[in-house]
Amino acid sequence: MNKIFLIIQREFLNRVQKKSFLIATIVLPLIFPAIMAVLVYFSIQQRKNATRQTIQYVDESGLFVPDTSKFVFKKLMTDVKSAKEAFQTSDDYGLLYIPHFELSHPDGVTLYTKINPSPNDIGNLEGMLENQIRELKMKKFNVDQKVLDSLKTDVPIENFNVADAGQEKKSNSNVLLGVGVAAGILMYMFIFIYGAQIMQGIIEEKTSKVVEVIVSSVRPFQLMMGKIIGLASVGLLQFLIWIVLITTLSSVVLAYFGVQMPQQQMMQEMAQNNPDMQAPPIEILKMMSQIPFGYVIFNFLFYFLGGYLLYGALFAAVGSAVDSPAEAQQFMFPITIPLLISYFGLFTFIMNDPHSTVSVWLSIIPFTSPIAMMGRIAFGVPGWQLALSMVSLILGFMLTTWVAGRIYRVGILMHGTKINYKVMAKWFMMKG
Amino acid sequence: MEAALIAQHVTKRYTNHVALDQVSLTIPQQTIFGLLGPNGAGKTTLIRIINQIINADSGEISIFGEPLQPKHIGTIGYLPEERGLYKKLKVGEQLVYLAQLKGLSRKDASEKSKAWMRKFEITDWWNKKVEDLSKGMAQKVQFISTVMHEPRLIILDEPFSGFDPVNAQLITQEILELKAKGCTVIFSTHRMETVEDLCDHIALINKSKKILEGSKKQVKDTYRTNTFVVEHKGTFNLTSDGYELVEQKNIEDTFFRSIVRSQHITSPNQLIRDLTNVTEVHSFIEKIPTMSEIFITLVKGGSDE
Repeated sequence: MNKIFLIIQREFLNRVQKKSFLIATIVLPLIFPAIMAVLVYFSIQQRKNATRQTIQYVDESGLFVPDTSKFVFKKLMTDVKSAKEAFQTSDDYGLLYIPHFELSHPDGVTLYTKINPSPNDIGNLEGMLENQIRELKMKKFNVDQKVLDSLKTDVPIENFNVADAGQEKKSNSNVLLGVGVAAGILMYMFIFIYGAQIMQGIIEEKTSKVVEVIVSSVRPFQLMMGKIIGLASVGLLQFLIWIVLITTLSSVVLAYFGVQMPQQQMMQEMAQNNPDMQAPPIEILKMMSQIPFGYVIFNFLFYFLGGYLLYGALFAAVGSAVDSPAEAQQFMFPITIPLLISYFGLFTFIMNDPHSTVSVWLSIIPFTSPIAMMGRIAFGVPGWQLALSMVSLILGFMLTTWVAGRIYRVGILMHGTKINYKVMAKWFMMKG
Repeated sequence: MEAALIAQHVTKRYTNHVALDQVSLTIPQQTIFGLLGPNGAGKTTLIRIINQIINADSGEISIFGEPLQPKHIGTIGYLPEERGLYKKLKVGEQLVYLAQLKGLSRKDASEKSKAWMRKFEITDWWNKKVEDLSKGMAQKVQFISTVMHEPRLIILDEPFSGFDPVNAQLITQEILELKAKGCTVIFSTHRMETVEDLCDHIALINKSKKILEGSKKQVKDTYRTNTFVVEHKGTFNLTSDGYELVEQKNIEDTFFRSIVRSQHITSPNQLIRDLTNVTEVHSFIEKIPTMSEIFITLVKGGSDE
């Protein structure tokens, strides 16, 4: 036991003392708010500096009333043919031709430009014309704007979860989904990045031949587990630092630019436009407080460790069998497939319906459960499903660790052998 | 004095071949024991079994009178043939870590590695990464890691490969010093001159079987062929009296060198007496086989079967 601890400690220090760890841990969270700052800066600048393009127009219908908030309009009294010729030599952005049209069939409106216009500009022009035609139609049919407004109805459905006897919990699907998807993606990334590092480390030990010295002092299984756990602790530390740094720095950056969280701002604008709506930021905060964070975090850590151990062992087995990372590629397939299945399952089945049969099974099978269960957890998972999933995850990682350990103990001492699944199976069957 | 290591009927089978077949060995304490054999004979398998890296299928091994157990890891120091250290780790940290794995406390490990580095005059390497060392330098570090935890049994697999003559001399010195202090050393090697110079006992393994074991003297006695080298003046012939004249060569003028083999066990004196009857003897020496000759004879003989 003491020796496993020594190996964990060594692995931890090896990684943490590396410059690359420092860079990845400190710089990455800096990049994130920095990109955000740059984007916010440019969007503010763009809004300030945006110059309106000039558009010439020929209006044969006589109905067009230019809206000058987006473009500068120049009315031409000539016919469209000579306007087109004159446009060739002008510096203006476009030439809009509005023929005489029926209100019911507004065809033939054409925009001539010298460069391809952005979809945004076309959309703006179309919107402008559509609005005007709409108003003309309303007048024609004697419809009053007030009548139209009174036709609009908003039916808010409030969702109460009554699963827990008597306790009504207000739930918000989108917030819950956001939490689940974010946790699932984190899990996926963590398993891949650190699993690959386990593999890399084992290949290094094997090719540098140091492994024979080490296994003369400790059992191969201790070495393997020490490496897996050591790297897990590095990962958790890195994670913790990221979360702390990103939250602090992001709020500093946002505070500097005098904006609150963007969606909050948006919500406020909406609230101002529509005084009937209750201020949504408060709603969201209320909703967030409804999520049992202790419960979610506990489960996150559980599936995090379980999933990492399960896949870490498989990565370790592959690392022990091969002589180079290039050779390892061919054995990555069976490891990647269940991870990809759970990743796509998260975005299809679970986002659609976290309680569907497929979702439930994805969250119970140990190879997919760490990611799938994260997607479901915030929606509330029945106790028996959670228990079944947890037990099968524990059994699952015990199984993969056992299998991997048996391949590992033989693999690390084999050099230059041609490896395929049959050879690995033979190693697995081999006596001590 | 009990033996340092006794192996009894150790057998290890792999799917397609038998790596060790009923191998029994006794390694006396405070000796340098040469474990010889051609490539693929099973030496490394035996060494790995002694190091508890792999388990034997059957057979028993006892070390200093006790059955081999995990607690004996610290009793053994092992220098594998394929040398290897953590490339990115600094020399000092590396030595301390390896010694800790052998069961030393951090403090002990640190003191011992410093002492050994002073001894080898390499204290300024403490903060160097192994990847920045030359091959010979790394070998020295690895040797330190093998003996640092004061093992009573030291297993060296081809210890001199990669060393220049000066460093080989230094390591030889260390090995003799360790033996003088009471350590038992197992040497696995192909280099017969090393065996000739250093080993007290040897065992020869060929094709998974032990085919020879004993002290160097015993072995040589066994393979004495009663062959003598004589330098003499004038030719002679000896076929009749139970002797065989294997070879006779002219050295210069009337001087010749002859190789005479006695058919029966004869004392050298008797041969000299017989020789003086037929020629003028200038020098006389028994031709004792070298380890290399014994090795080749046995291994080749084995493969002819």
